[in-house]
This record gives sequence, structure tokens and C-alpha cells, in this order.
Amino acid sequence: MGALELKGVTKNFGATEVIKGVDLSVKDGEFCVFVGPSGCGKSTLLRIIAGLEDATDGDILLDGRRMNDVAPAKRELAMVFQSYALYPHLTVRDNMGLALKQAGKPKAEIMAATDKAAAMLELGPLLDRRPAELSGGQRQRVAIGRAIVRTPKLFLFDEPLSNLDAALRVATRIEIARLHRDLKATMIYVTHDQVEAMTLADRIVVLRAGKVEQVGSPMELYNDPANTFVAGFIGSPQMNFLDAAALGFPPGQVGIRPEHLMISRESGEFAAEVSHIEKLGGETLVYARHPQHGLLTVRLFGEHDYAVSETVHLSLSRDRIFLFDPEGQRRR
Amino acid sequence: MSARMSTGRTIAAHAVLLTYTLIALFPVFVIVINSFKTRKAIFADPLALPWPENFDLVGYQTVLKQGDFFLYFQNSLIVTVVSLFFVLLFGAMAAFALSEYRFKGNTLMGLYLALGIMIPIRLGTVAILEIMVATGLVNTLTALILVYTAQGLPLAVFILSEFMKSVSHDLKNAGRIDGLSEYRIFFSLVLPLVRPAMATVAVFTMIPIWNDLWFPLILAPAEHTKTVTLGAQVFIGQFVTNWNAVLAALSLAIIPVLVLYLIFSRQLIRGITAGAVK
Ligand SMILES: Nc1ncnc2c1ncn2[C@@H]1O[C@H](COP(=O)(O)OP(=O)(O)O)[C@@H](O)[C@H]1O
Ligand SMILES: [Mg+2]
Repeated sequence: MGALELKGVTKNFGATEVIKGVDLSVKDGEFCVFVGPSGCGKSTLLRIIAGLEDATDGDILLDGRRMNDVAPAKRELAMVFQSYALYPHLTVRDNMGLALKQAGKPKAEIMAATDKAAAMLELGPLLDRRPAELSGGQRQRVAIGRAIVRTPKLFLFDEPLSNLDAALRVATRIEIARLHRDLKATMIYVTHDQVEAMTLADRIVVLRAGKVEQVGSPMELYNDPANTFVAGFIGSPQMNFLDAAALGFPPGQVGIRPEHLMISRESGEFAAEVSHIEKLGGETLVYARHPQHGLLTVRLFGEHDYAVSETVHLSLSRDRIFLFDPEGQRRR
Repeated sequence: MSARMSTGRTIAAHAVLLTYTLIALFPVFVIVINSFKTRKAIFADPLALPWPENFDLVGYQTVLKQGDFFLYFQNSLIVTVVSLFFVLLFGAMAAFALSEYRFKGNTLMGLYLALGIMIPIRLGTVAILEIMVATGLVNTLTALILVYTAQGLPLAVFILSEFMKSVSHDLKNAGRIDGLSEYRIFFSLVLPLVRPAMATVAVFTMIPIWNDLWFPLILAPAEHTKTVTLGAQVFIGQFVTNWNAVLAALSLAIIPVLVLYLIFSRQLIRGITAGAVK
């Protein structure tokens, strides 16, 4: 209960094609994250699943049932929005209970459901306040609570953390992960932040310009990216891309993650000039420039000292490199 | 904002605003003071304040003795309030449709509805009169209400659709997912958020309707449908004008519209401060 399937979904706004044929199936109970740069169509795809936009073409199936012509409220899903979207004229309790009230549930049942959700999110003391009297973090918790109350088959989150400050973002992220474990419901989560995607997802769907680039578990995408886009998008700091021909490989690019690039003062495969260094305590990032390969990032653990303009020697862990053809596709 | 403005600029701003207020209020002031004076005193010194020696309520007595003036007031109020209600209701609904739904000819429809701002409805007087005659609506308040609703809609649609575009899409979508009907979304989520704009439209719509002489004269000149502005004309004769009565009638006519204005402006201010605190 809660399996979603998309079959050849497309969406045009006038003449512009925003979603260009998406096929996807999300298993029951899975935490699926849509990730991609801003404007790639993540929110549009989510709104199509919710029924807030009509797909131009293709089918949306929930538990095998075609949903294209079903109203949003009848799809048994709940959505959490980036801007919280709480009803300004209702108290927290009424905000959370509105969907059940619309569905004609008895008062006692609504009361019990809101109390249960409020307890889960520690919203008890806030139940009689209005949204204007809450902080940003509290508002987002209410919005999540409003989704929980409905016990939906499918949760949809549209960048729910991007309006929160960094500390609150981490706390709420952990809370969402805990909710997923407790509720065991299917969740689809949209973000442009690859850290959120990596930490929350059972499965990540990488989108670019309305097309699915790759689908897989966080570690599958990290260890086995299908192309330079996915390789560059997943992992932080970003993967280095070097000129393959210069290193004696067939033409194209060689990808290597910053932690697999080895640095030495004495010897290495090629020399580069240090252009900047960032010390984070637990790790040190060295940025070195090479005339052919461009700016390369080296990630070292612990504290290290390199001077700007110093010449260093870099070499690649051969078993950690990814080869890409000139089109950016992975050579297999 | 006022905290950051320098004192000099505050004084300058207040001076400009006070000057404007004085200029705007002066004619009203002259009408009101003269309505309490004897006919001789009005002509002798129009700017003099009413004193015991020239004080006279004959204008008000004439107006109230005329008897039908309460009916005229009632007619004006009915026409203004009902037209206002329809302008706001239909204007807001059209604006919501234009700003919320994508359909073929959306932009064109918006332009068409806004066209009336530039074309005065009086150009269509002859045709309107023909329609009213054909439908038997001449000398009814309904005729006036229909015309004023049409007259007020273009500006209402134009202003309200701009404001409705700024209402959060997420909020409306949250309502849809929670199972609210489009009507509930419109009435309970969107309308309260555009209340300041509604109040602005109400003020802009109300005053021309209340003051209008043209359509009451043409469409509803009968005794039982006269509005206040038309009713006051009985005191203006070709040879003799009863100035006391005219001024008294005009002074009285200010009161209801002032009350309506105060109601709407409170809404306006409440809307503005609600937004600021949030
Ligand atoms: N209602 C709309 N009308 C026209 N274009 C739209 C509309 N909604 C979104 N778009 C366009 O679709 C693209 C994808 O938008 P969106 O799904 O919001 O991206 P994301 O959420 O990934 O940042 C953008 O280029 C945007 O301009
Ligand atoms: Mg988005």
C-alpha cells in the first residue's frame, strides 16, 4: 500500500517541455529522493504526482490504480511545502485536522489523530496558536504534522528544509528520517541539496532538465555514476574531472573524487600549483591548479599545511578512477 | 520607516499632505458652513462661519419637509451597497479565475475585462436605455444596480487579479490536497488575504456611484426611484435656486458615504498592519 509508478510522464507549459518522459517506480515504504539543480522540474513532477498539475502525457499509478483523473484530495497522499503553506486563519490544531474534517471524520477521531501527531512532533504546547505566532522551524513541524494526521499512503515533500537555518535543517532532517522509520510510509522528497539526498534516501532519482539521469541507492550513485553529471552532482566536494588523453587513456574525461587524489611534496604523476587551502579541522581541502586539468580539489583527513603557490605532486588511485567518453557517458 | 526618516523630511511630508487635505476639504467645508446660514448671509459672505445672528436651519427644514428625502437616501444606499456587493463578488471571482487557472485566451480575456477602465460606460447610454426599455427596467433600482455593477467591474478585476497573483500557490495547493473545494479556497483562503485590495476597490467604486447624476436622471427619474443627488436637483430651478436646501441636501448626502468610507478604511488599515506583523 503506497507503491507509485510513473509511465512516460511528460509535461509542457505552452511550448516549453518541462518534463520529458519520466518512467519510475517507487516501492511501498521506500524513501525516494528527487534531486537535481534548480529549475530541472522536480517540483513540477511532484505536483503531477499530487494531482495539482495534469500530466501532458503518460500515466500515474498508485498501488496499480490509474490516478490521472483523480482529485488531489482523493489520492490518499499528503504534501509538505517549502513555504509551509499553513492556513493563516486557523490554529495549529485546526490546521492539522482540516483534511480529516473535510473527509467527514467524527470529531473524536480528528482529536485523537491530531493529538497523536502533535505528540510525535512535540507540538503539544503550540496547538492553540496561530501560524503567525510560530517560528519558522515550528511552522515546518506543524506542516509535517498536518501531513502525518491524514495517515496517507504517500508523503510528498517539496524542499521542506530550504527555508530553515543550518542547525535546524540538520535537526529536522533527522526528524524526517525518524518519522520514515516509525511510519513505514512511502515518501518522495524533493531537494536540490545532495547532502539531504544522500542522508535520507533509500533511492535517489537524479533529474536534469526534465529527464531522469540515473536512479539508484546513494552508494550506487556515489560508487557507480552513469555519467559526468551524476558524478559531479553526487558527493561533496565535487568530483575532479581530468583530461583523459593527457593521462594516457582514450579521449574523454577521467573522474576522481577529492579523497582519492594523492598529494605529495616529493613525487607524483604530475605537478600542480596550490592556489587555495581550506582547513576545517577534521579535514583539509587543498585546491591545486594544473595547466591542462584545471583546478583540482584534494581532500586530506586531519590538519595539513600547504602554502599558496607551492608546487605539489599529485597522483591518482588507479582503482578509484572513472572513465567517461567525450559525450560524458561512463565507459564500461 | 518613520523612525529612520529625518525630522526635516517628516515636516516636509506632513506640510505637503496637510496642504493637500486643506485644498481637498475646502469645498466640503464651504458647503457645510453655508448650509447653516440664512440665504442673505450665504450671498453676503460665503466664507463666514455660522454665527447666532446669521444662523438658520431653513435649508434642513425644507429638505426634511420635502418628505421624500428619506426615500431618496434609502434609494442611494440600496443602489450603492448592492452594486458594491456585486462588483466585489464578481470582480474577485473573475480575478481569481484569471490569476489561478490556465486556459486558452486567458490573457485576452483579462485585457477585455480591463478595457472598460479606458472606455467610459456613458458612451453606451443610448444602447443601455434601449435595453432597459426593452426589458421594462426603466424607473427601477435594478436598472441602476446593473449599470453600476458593469461600471465598477473593470477596475475591480484589474486590481484584484494583480493582488491574487501574489497569494501563495503553495497555500492554495495545500487546500486542494486537504480536500477544500475551489469555492472554499477562494472564500476562506484567498479573499481574507486580499482584503486590503478589496477595501481599496470598494472605496474607488463606491464614490462615483453615490455621486452619479447621469444614470439616475436617464434610467430612473421617477419619484420612487430618485437618488439623493437627483433629489437635490428639485431645489435648483431655472430662475430661482433654493441654495439653503441644496446645501443642506448635499451636506446630508456626505454622511452615509463617509460612514461607508470609514468602515472600508478600517479594513484597509487592518490588512496593512496584519501583513506587517506577520
Ligand atoms: N506554471 C508554470 N508555467 C510555466 N512554466 C513553469 C510553471 N511552473 C514551472 N515552470 C517552469 O518549469 C521548470 C521547472 O520548474 P520546477 O519544477 O519548479 O523546478 P524545480 O522545482 O526543479 O526547481 C522551470 O523552468 C519553470 O520555469
Ligand atoms: Mg522547486
